[in-house]
Amino acid sequence: MTEQANQLVYAPPRHPWRFRLRAQHIPLLATFVVCLMLYTAACIYLRDRGFFSLSVFISFFSDNAFLGLTAIGMTFVILSGGIDLSVGSMIGFTSILIARLMNPEPFTLFHHTITLPVFHPLVAIGVALIAGSFLGLIQGVLIQFFELAPFLVTLAGMFFIHGLAQVISLSSIGIEHPLLDKLSDFAIPIGSASVRFPEIVFAVVALSAIYISRYTKFGRTIYAIGGNEQSAILMGLPVARTKVLIYALSGFCSALGGVIYALAKWSGQSEGGLGLELDTIAAVVIGGTLLTGGLGSILGTILGVLIVSIIQAAIIFQGTLSSSWARIMIGALLFVFIVLQKILSSRARS
Amino acid sequence: MTVASAAPATPKQPRRAPRSLVLLWPVLALLFILAFNLAFTPGFFHVEVKQGHLFGSLIDVLKNAAPVALTGIGMTLVIATGGVDLSVGTVMAIAGQLTVLLMESEHYHWSMPTACFAGLGVALACGIWNGILVGYVQIQPIVATLILFVSGRGIAELISNDNLTAHSVPFQYLGRGFLFGLPFQIAIVIFVLLVVGLLMRRTAAGLFIESVGNNPVAARFAGINERFIKLLVYSFSGLCAGIAGIVVASNNANADPHNTGLNVELDAILAVVIGGTSLLGGRYSLIGSIVGALIIQAMDTTILTRGVAVEWTLVVKAVVVVGVCLLQAPKFQRLFRRK
Repeated sequence: MTEQANQLVYAPPRHPWRFRLRAQHIPLLATFVVCLMLYTAACIYLRDRGFFSLSVFISFFSDNAFLGLTAIGMTFVILSGGIDLSVGSMIGFTSILIARLMNPEPFTLFHHTITLPVFHPLVAIGVALIAGSFLGLIQGVLIQFFELAPFLVTLAGMFFIHGLAQVISLSSIGIEHPLLDKLSDFAIPIGSASVRFPEIVFAVVALSAIYISRYTKFGRTIYAIGGNEQSAILMGLPVARTKVLIYALSGFCSALGGVIYALAKWSGQSEGGLGLELDTIAAVVIGGTLLTGGLGSILGTILGVLIVSIIQAAIIFQGTLSSSWARIMIGALLFVFIVLQKILSSRARS
Repeated sequence: MTVASAAPATPKQPRRAPRSLVLLWPVLALLFILAFNLAFTPGFFHVEVKQGHLFGSLIDVLKNAAPVALTGIGMTLVIATGGVDLSVGTVMAIAGQLTVLLMESEHYHWSMPTACFAGLGVALACGIWNGILVGYVQIQPIVATLILFVSGRGIAELISNDNLTAHSVPFQYLGRGFLFGLPFQIAIVIFVLLVVGLLMRRTAAGLFIESVGNNPVAARFAGINERFIKLLVYSFSGLCAGIAGIVVASNNANADPHNTGLNVELDAILAVVIGGTSLLGGRYSLIGSIVGALIIQAMDTTILTRGVAVEWTLVVKAVVVVGVCLLQAPKFQRLFRRK
């Protein structure tokens, strides 16, 4: 009994160099092992096609940078025991909003024709990020203060945001600006490959998310809420404020994903990112985060995104398999990880 | 208020409206939409008879609501046990794809009834898979059904990656035919509703499902095989999705692995929630779900016939849904009761 109680309290290990395996490390470790095995297998199987190279490895992050960004936001939400289904539509919304602000068209509002000026891309991106965070905030308020189910509110939010994107424009809008040319040309060479803008944004967000989740009061409160919301309230933690902010943060992350999406596609598309919310949840779960909340890590989510990317890239490199197999493989992995979580959590309880 | 706080601690359960009032809000919402159309949309209530069949906007609403109503019936029972089934849309795609492939491909050339039964069988198998995961492996419903949601469309694309045309005339009757002047789809919905309604009312099944949703632990102590009940409702939801998938394929005379049942799970959940079934489980209304499906379809049709730009559909839908949910939320109701 006392031993069990001791395990629940975080205490720094007595010998910092001796790593003691705890139950909560096992899902993360499993994710890491699967990631390594998949990568090794793909490298051996596809060795003639040049799968094992630094540029391919970096492309895992650039191709799925927007998935990674939304997954980081989603991790915070899931850690708190909630869920955010609106992230996919947020990507389409922010990308089309940026494109529209840069190429305005006159529109009528209450019989007045309004023409907006052409905005600088940085202003457009700023507006999009604020809009995304604000939409997330509203959802958080509905969830926290009216005690509606997160699942339901964000489902309606998904419809609403996708609808807003369609109202802005049904067809895709191209974007062009000298600043964007500079951004896309920007590259830091590393060996034979180079790191570009999306990877840098992803890395910065990932590092700050790891810092926030581990070392700030906000981050610790999220874990506490996910562990047991009632206890968190009784402990005097700012539960209401934190829960609202989590959804705003998720809105911000997916809006940032939308920015990257728009920059990568050189356009805004209201249909962009459709259905991404479930890929995102899959990546988070494969990354070892418990869907009931309270247990998981940003690092795991990054590994989860990496696994999804490796599967997608390997199937493209292989050439003959259809992309349907990528979805089936991800579904199968999801199944394995969920069962693993189940076994681990039931063992921890008994 | 005092009664709720004096009752032994079940924080999960909010205070409930009396059963007779469950249908009040959804029916009022539907009447409101219809009244709005009566006032502002000329010709909405116009029904004409062509070759003994009824045509008109109202009939369209009834007919087009059928897929959501069918999946909604299955979803109602799932939600009544406190779960949710995200996979209905992809199961629809799988069932439709398999049925049309078995009928039309030269390789198989099955007869229409056998092909339909095969499609329904696969849908049932998908439902059983979900049911085993939720009931026996005890995975959270959202997650368990997420697996088939993620991989299901891939499976449908593997069955055949092309849009398959269904030439069979008896098959097309399922979605396009008429019975007593009304579209046959309506008859299918009524039939399924009657069967389920009778099963729930004439046997103890309805009671078991509600008790599992209310308090699974108490249900188990009361001797109810909670796991088997869950297996049953998910299997049934899969079967309903299969029927809907076949109906949609028949209506389009075409099976499309990429778009069949896209977002249907969301519409079905919305229909169920609008209809007054509690997402926490333990309380359900089959008629409410049908009304919910009609509300969603009536809204879609209204927006179309009103000439409102199509792009506003989703925004309006989302606002209405949040509105209805807020009206049902105890916390929101309390805001007004205090004054």
